[in-house]
Amino acid sequence: MLIQSKRLDTGVITDRRALLRGVGTVGLSAAAIAVLGGCESMAASKSAREADVEILNVALGLEHEAINAYQLGAESGLLQDPVLKTAVMFQGHHKAHRDALVATIQKLGGKPAAEKSMNDYATALNAGSLKNQGDVLHLAARLERGAANAYLGVIPSFGDKGLAQVAGRLAADEAMHWTVLASALGETLPSKALSFGA
Amino acid sequence: MDAQPFHVRSIMHRSFGLMLVALSFACVPGAFAANAVRGEEIYNSRCIACHSPDANRVGPKHRGVVGRKAGSLADFNSSKAVRTAGVVWDEETLDQWLADPQGFIPGQRMNFKVTDPTDRADLIAYLKTLQ
Repeated sequence: MLIQSKRLDTGVITDRRALLRGVGTVGLSAAAIAVLGGCESMAASKSAREADVEILNVALGLEHEAINAYQLGAESGLLQDPVLKTAVMFQGHHKAHRDALVATIQKLGGKPAAEKSMNDYATALNAGSLKNQGDVLHLAARLERGAANAYLGVIPSFGDKGLAQVAGRLAADEAMHWTVLASALGETLPSKALSFGA
Repeated sequence: MDAQPFHVRSIMHRSFGLMLVALSFACVPGAFAANAVRGEEIYNSRCIACHSPDANRVGPKHRGVVGRKAGSLADFNSSKAVRTAGVVWDEETLDQWLADPQGFIPGQRMNFKVTDPTDRADLIAYLKTLQ
């Protein structure tokens, strides 16, 4: 009963202490990613390292966009608790992804891709068409599923197996986000196995 | 061992022949009519993280991509490799690009492969509808 009382209809733990524990876990995870990634690339040829940096920078672009998409949703006034709290938590995950990617790109001697303006993201995501909470959640779910598939899709292209593993961990976070969002939207979960990455 | 009756051998031969025909079709890209509706589903699942038909995002917008010179969008900062590749996007070049972007244009940024030939054909059929 205690556990049930901490869960709302989205299946997300919203108890304040539990949420704070979750944020702590995110911070540790991001640090671990930054330390794990790029060891093989550091020892690889310059061209192989640059190729990995290019992939990481595309990933960073996805994270910049996700952070701004959740910001647009949070500022829209369309999200009510507990959905708003969940969106802010997911945005926190994406900020941790961003920080880990920036650290790894810099470690490899690359220049991290810059964030665009909020207006640019609002235009690209057609934010003006968002009229209710469902619209925001549908947009978030579409981006999260796409991001999970994108991370899975670039895994074979990494020269560094450690970075490939990091991409797998990022994909797992995005798949988790999609699952929660799909549940909140009342969508049926995939009946077939291997629904991501293909 | 006893020899199998003629009708059993005949059925086995025909079945084997059908299997060979099916396999040969499965291995030839474009052997089946491409399905733009399925291509749109694949696009919305795998491409949508970076691309949209009408907005430049992490990757360039796709409306009008078929027939366009690679890297020629004025409002998108393509990689130098793509801009100078001298490629025009058509069914053949898109198929090669989607199969292995780095192999087709070394130094590009996409690095996302669509390994299944039928998926590529369906995606290209959908891209052709974005005029």
